Amino acid sequence: MAILDRPSVAAPSIRFSKFAMIEAVILLAILLTPALLWSRTELITLATNVLILSMLGLSFDLCWGYSGIMSFGQALFFGVAGYVVALVGRDLDFSAFWGTLPLAMLVGLVLSLLFAVFLLLGRRAPTSIFVALGTLTGSYAAERLVSGWQYVGAGNGLSSVKLLQIGPYEMLEGPGFYCLAFAALLGSYLLCRFLVRSQFGLVLAGIRQNEERLAFFGYRVQIFKALIFSCAGMIAGLAGALYAYHQGFIGPGNMGPGLSTTAVLYCLFGGSGTLIGAIIGTAVIEVLSYQLESVQQIKQFWPIILGLVLLLVVVFKQTGLLGFLVSDRERIGSYGVAAAKNRKEES
Amino acid sequence: MAMLEVEAVGKSFGALRALEDVNLKVEAGTFHGLIGPNGSGKSTLLKAIAGAHFADRGRIVFDGQDITAATPYERARAGMSLKFQITAILPSLSVYDNVLLALQAQHSLWSLLRSATRQALHEEVMASLERFRLQGRAKDLAGELSHGEQQWLEIAMALAPKPILLLLDEPTGGMSPEERRVTGELLLPFKSECTVVIVEHDLDFIREICDRLTVLDQGHVIGTGTVEEIQRSAKVQEVYTSRV
Repeated sequence: MAILDRPSVAAPSIRFSKFAMIEAVILLAILLTPALLWSRTELITLATNVLILSMLGLSFDLCWGYSGIMSFGQALFFGVAGYVVALVGRDLDFSAFWGTLPLAMLVGLVLSLLFAVFLLLGRRAPTSIFVALGTLTGSYAAERLVSGWQYVGAGNGLSSVKLLQIGPYEMLEGPGFYCLAFAALLGSYLLCRFLVRSQFGLVLAGIRQNEERLAFFGYRVQIFKALIFSCAGMIAGLAGALYAYHQGFIGPGNMGPGLSTTAVLYCLFGGSGTLIGAIIGTAVIEVLSYQLESVQQIKQFWPIILGLVLLLVVVFKQTGLLGFLVSDRERIGSYGVAAAKNRKEES
Repeated sequence: MAMLEVEAVGKSFGALRALEDVNLKVEAGTFHGLIGPNGSGKSTLLKAIAGAHFADRGRIVFDGQDITAATPYERARAGMSLKFQITAILPSLSVYDNVLLALQAQHSLWSLLRSATRQALHEEVMASLERFRLQGRAKDLAGELSHGEQQWLEIAMALAPKPILLLLDEPTGGMSPEERRVTGELLLPFKSECTVVIVEHDLDFIREICDRLTVLDQGHVIGTGTVEEIQRSAKVQEVYTSRV
């Protein structure tokens, strides 16, 4: 039968993953940054900010890039967790990391779970537009609420946030805080990587492409989405707490649509559905903003330049910056292989 | 024993009555074809059975359970599987991962998180691909397959979890005559493994593969019987000569 005799097209052999190389380069860059910028405090502060905001980008990528949940309210979990640790510091005089950072994660987790129950776990599968508008509205409503609430500083936010304490040390901005932010980002990244590369991640990849097909296989699609949305909320919560401690401030803008949309841009600009793309996107956007802002001649209109650059990449290169470096096949990768390999070796 | 019983099912879309008082009985271990002219309600009936649409009236009983109001998830868990009319493979995943996804659907969340069953399912994935002659393309992206191969992949995905009832909506749609013939060859060995309900326009294909047929016209059942009985039915002949 001629039709069946067609020679199979050989699959692209991935002997050395470009992805792993990019991850290694970024890890190295993050590790070397404090040594290279030791004397430049303002640059260490910028780098720390990039690491913290990368976690917010990562949390959006987990939602959109891997599960097709268009969350336009990721800053809500970031900001609320930031407010909670700031209030705990102000009202309870408590800022020990072993208590406040897990508390921030819990706040992000519970709040996003509540949103998931409302937006995702109805009898009928919600549309992307419903979820996008629901999360956007949540983010906007929260921003408006705190803007008029004196107890949380109203429009001025909460400043002079009590410094984060690790044992007897108070974490000021600088190399120490940079290392803490790096540890948090690394932990979040490894958790996300573990999730998206497992058989669970294969289900997410399926949901991203054809939710209905997955339901007919017998998957409870909305449960998977709710779980990943909550996990993303937890990571955003941790980032929010670190941000509040690092900046010494948290305000209404840190939970509003402005920051939520910026998180979308971090991810789309770097390359959604890749995790590392969210970190690259955050770093490029934040560093570019910092550089453009400091050039006297374009100080007035640098956001326009930045906006144009973002627009060009997002419209003409939908795989983001990472799309210039890795092929689609490599971006997709495989699922559950590492765990299966390990078990084989063990046996 | 009937694997599937559809009793007086009705379904309307606004003013359009797509199904009207439809009765259908599918015996276990048979290949049952649903035929009829365009717009006769074949795909709507199949979707009502699968849970893509909910019937407005009547009752659907599958393997002794009333599933009229069950979700697609619940129907799949009960042992029902569906191949969509428009190919619904996952084009950006490998052919291998498409089948793995179908196979691991019944596994617990915890085992999926630990990737605990990936290795154990390897043989099953490859066996499923081999039955549909796709083993050589396991690592390719599903979107790179030809249309016929995509149809086979989707049938392989639908059959991989070993359903007791498989619903096939136009499995040979868009295929060349040679691909249709091969599809028949690939499906026949499953006769001993599960019950199949097929919606199909290609009457030669249906004649080759099905044990019994039900003919629909304008949302009504106009005949049910063996292939020979349906071929002899004057009513069916009239519909086909006047409307097809």
